[in-house]
Formats: sequence, C-alpha cells, structure tokens
Amino acid sequence: MTLPADYLRYPLRRFGMDHDWYDWSMLSRRPKISWPNGARVALWVAPALEWFPLDMKGLPFKPPGAMVTAYPDLRHYTLRDYGNRVGIYRIMKLLERHGIRASVAVNAAVAARYPSLVQACTQRGWEVVGHGLDMDHLHHGALPAEEEKALIAKSLALLRKASGQAVRGWLSPAKSESLATLGLLAEAGIEYVCDWINDDMPYAMRAGGRPIHSMPHSTDTDDYTVLIANHHDEDEYRDQIIDQFDVLYAESATEGGRILSLSLNPWVTGQPYRIGTLEQILEHITRHRGVWPATGAEILDAWKKGG
Amino acid sequence: MRDLGLYDYLPYDERRPKIRWPNGARVAFWVAPNIEFYELAPPKNPTRVSWPRPVPDVQNYSNRDYGNRAGFQRMLETMDRCGVRGSVSLNVAVCEHHPELIEACAKRGWEFYSHGTYNTRYMFNMTEDQERELIQDSIDTIRKHTGQKLDGWLAPALSYTEHTLHLVAEMGLTYICDLFHDDQPAPLKVARGRLASIPYSLEMNDFISLLVNLASPRHYGEILKRQFDRLYAEGEDSGTVMCIPLHPYLIGQPYRIKAFEEALAYITRHDKVWLATGREIARHFLDHHYDDFARASLPVGEAP
Repeated sequence: MTLPADYLRYPLRRFGMDHDWYDWSMLSRRPKISWPNGARVALWVAPALEWFPLDMKGLPFKPPGAMVTAYPDLRHYTLRDYGNRVGIYRIMKLLERHGIRASVAVNAAVAARYPSLVQACTQRGWEVVGHGLDMDHLHHGALPAEEEKALIAKSLALLRKASGQAVRGWLSPAKSESLATLGLLAEAGIEYVCDWINDDMPYAMRAGGRPIHSMPHSTDTDDYTVLIANHHDEDEYRDQIIDQFDVLYAESATEGGRILSLSLNPWVTGQPYRIGTLEQILEHITRHRGVWPATGAEILDAWKKGG
Repeated sequence: MRDLGLYDYLPYDERRPKIRWPNGARVAFWVAPNIEFYELAPPKNPTRVSWPRPVPDVQNYSNRDYGNRAGFQRMLETMDRCGVRGSVSLNVAVCEHHPELIEACAKRGWEFYSHGTYNTRYMFNMTEDQERELIQDSIDTIRKHTGQKLDGWLAPALSYTEHTLHLVAEMGLTYICDLFHDDQPAPLKVARGRLASIPYSLEMNDFISLLVNLASPRHYGEILKRQFDRLYAEGEDSGTVMCIPLHPYLIGQPYRIKAFEEALAYITRHDKVWLATGREIARHFLDHHYDDFARASLPVGEAP
C-alpha cells in the first residue's frame, strides 16, 4: 500500500481554521459577557424528546440510543419511549419545583405522534428546539442538499405548527451535519445550532453568507454519555456536573458570564432511581447566588447584547 | 513474527544500574500536553480512517477544537499554579493555525517536541523519503516558530513504519516517547545516532484513562496520585520517571480540571521531585546512564 503523492501537501495550512464556518478565537481573549441582573452562570436545561423507529436502518451510522437487537427490538424501542411517556413528566415536575424552564429538543416525529407532549412543554413556557425528523434521519455528508432541505423544511413545519413557536434553535440528530446543514438551517430561520462542542460560550458562525450562532450544548456531561456510554454511576454523574458547575462559577468571578448546559435524555435521567440525582444536582446549583435559569434563545439574546 | 529489535532485555531488579537524578530527586516528573490540529477533511490513508463518522464529523472535529479554543487556557493556568513547565507534543501545523498557543507556551519556557504535522496525517505506509520529509518539516517548523532545536518525537496518532524511529535518530533527535516498556529511560538500538526512550505512559494519558478505560475524572486524579506514590517510593533506590500526557480538549473541560489540579498540586508539593522536560530527562540519561544501561542489557533470544 502506498500513499497518494499529495499526502504531505497542506493547502489549508494557514492561520485559523481549515474551513470558513467560524473564526479561530480563544475563549480567554474574548470580551467578558454580562448576564441579566448580574448573574454569573446561566443554567440551560435541555432535554431531548426523540423517536427511534423500530425498523431504523442506522445509516450512515447508528446514533446514540439506536436499536440494538434484531427486529423487532421491543426492549430498546420501549425503553426510549419510556422517556417520552414517563421520564419527561418526572423531569417537568422537578424543574417546576426549581422554577426552571427548559429548552426541549423535539424530533418532529414526536410532535406528530404525541401532540399532547409538546403542549405540556409549551404550557410550561419551555422553548421548543428543532431536532430533525427522527433519529433515523441523520444529516450527513452524503445526503443530497435538496433532500436535506426538504427534511429540514418538513421537520420545522411540523414543529412550528405543533408548538406555535418560531423555533429559533436546532439540534441535529446525533449532532451530525452535512457540509450544507448550517446554510440550510439559517435559510429556514434557525438562529442557533447545538451541534458544535468546541466552546463554553456562544459564538458567531457563517452559514452560506447568513449569520447563525453556535450554542454550547453539552455532550461530554450529558446523562447518556456519562451513565450509559461511560458506565459511571449516579453519584459519579452528580460529581461531574457539580465539578463542572463549580469551575464555571469560580471562573465567572473574573472571566465574565458562563453557561452550565445540562442536556438530558428523559429515558436515562427520568428513571425513578436516577431522578433524585438530578434533584441533588439542581439543588447544588440553585443554592448559589447569581444562577440564571434560562432557555437557549434567552441566553443567545443576552449574549448578543453583552458581547 | 519478529519484533523490531529496538531494545534488549533489562529486568527491573538488582541487575539494573542505578539512576541518579539531579539534586538527589527520586522522580523525574514531566507533563506532556498534546497540542493538536485534526483536519476536517484529511486525505485518506489506506490503513486508518480519520473520523468515525462521514466528513464533516462535526461532533468529533469540534470536540478536538475545544482544546485549542477553551481547554488549553484552563490547563495552562493549572500548570502555572503548580509551577510545572510543559513539554509540548506538538502537531507542528499548530504553529501556523494557532500561533497564540505556541507563544503562550514559549513565553513560559516550555519545550516543544514533535507529534507530526497534523494528527490526521498518519505515518503508516510512508516511504522513507516521505518520513524524512515529515520529520524535516517538524525540525524546520519548530526552529522557525520557537527557535528550539527539535529533540523529541511522538509519532502522529502513534502511527509508524518499521523505519520511523531509526530515521528520527539519524536526523538528530535524542529521544522518543513511543515505547511503553519501562518506568525508566532506555537505550534504543537504532542504525545511526544515540536515541533514548523516555517513559511517556499510556496508563497516565488522559485519553486512555478517561476515554478508553472510562475512569471518572475524580478517579483519574486518584490514579495519578497512586502512580506517583509508588514511583516516588521506588525512586529512593533508583530514579524513576513519571509522565502525565494530556490533551487540552479532555483535561481542559471544567468537570475534569478540578480533580487534575488536586493531583498535580499533590505531586508538586513533594520534595525530591525533579520538575523536568522531556529534553532535560533525555539529556541527563544520555550523559550519565545510557552507556551503563546498554552494557547491562541482556540479548533477546530467538522466539521458537
């Protein structure tokens, strides 16, 4: 086996990034952000409501939470569905007790299948965030742009109708994008995306000549990653979020406002034996002065003013 | 199957010559942050796929980018507070992409050694000429941007040919971090030049510990302390080496940095710890112990 002749040529070896979606910028060198009322940390709780079709193909890769056994994988299908039926309501009660409104990422298929679930979210003043059609319709490099455009239009139309909201934010299923995704989302009226995990703060992106922003939606510390993928126990999950918060809170004293992003999968954290852990986490966070529970859109608006 | 015959057998017992570190230190302790650039759409190498998902692999690409944008600064300040200089395992193209990172390290007197050009350009399947070109690129780029002579090597993404380590020695480097067979430095049998293997440790590597072995951040801190305690105790008899290889995109996450700082503060508040760089450890070993180690080593027999 040999390598192509140009294997050691580097046409994009230059200052900054090797693409044009955003500028290279170190967090520590940016202007400090001030949150409303002098808050130090914005608390952004972001559950995802997802539908994994029973006959899903999992192409071009299986998203986290995909079916595992041969068809029909009732076991994993119904466990995911548990989140939309039971787990999310447990989380709603808990958040209500702490006066927290969430940004809920919703597969359009969930809105179609369970309209009352979307209503329960909007009635609580939650922000609805676009989350694609379902977990078997990934946005990816080999998806033709026309197909992707139709997919985004269909997903947003369903979700905007079901929620009565503008739907300003977007989380791609499995945080997967094509080269065209950002441009298509901006064109469809999306103001921020949650797919890029390269920062602790929002930042401006360019999407086919239109502005769009990246919001720091956590992946490393989401419940699925810590509890299911990493096999850490509930107490370790709690410690990680608490350590995350404590470091960000301390930083905010000198570095400006920070964001604690708590992404949740209701089928994971909404289990009876885990909900108490989420409660401990929220109690730790909300007992601090200067914590601002906010939705993604609220955080973005404040960031634009304070940047 | 033969192996590459890079080293002879030198058991970790009384047959091994003693290592004496400067000022009676028991442990030569060094921290090696990997400052890397992963390309969004690298050319294909037939032996290794760059990204688990199709290009653009937004999640994995942006996760690596986190280290440069946000994690680096947190790691840097933690090391500053503990008085530790880094030995940067550098994808040298970072000199062009992110010169601010290079300046911050250079200002602190950190060492730069090479981790290839990009972490998405693998050495698998390279001709000797291509390898020489890659190594020369590192020598030139590090000299140009930092003024330092390149002494150390850790192959990009730990990818090799059978020739890599011989070529590195031939081109004037003095140490490599690619071999994991010892807790002390070791002489290597290269065709030309004198090359030392300096312990770098996969076990202490944040990537291996956190993402492969799935240690929790706090447990990773425990692992570092336990490793240190034992090497410190053994170092009373003969000097040992402890390395913590880091990745800013991992250790620089808020939820990990606290436990790491606790461990680093624990280690650095001991006396008789030599806070060194890779180059300094290699130089001391080459000057004082390399020949004794080479002489004491036992030939490896033929496998049946």
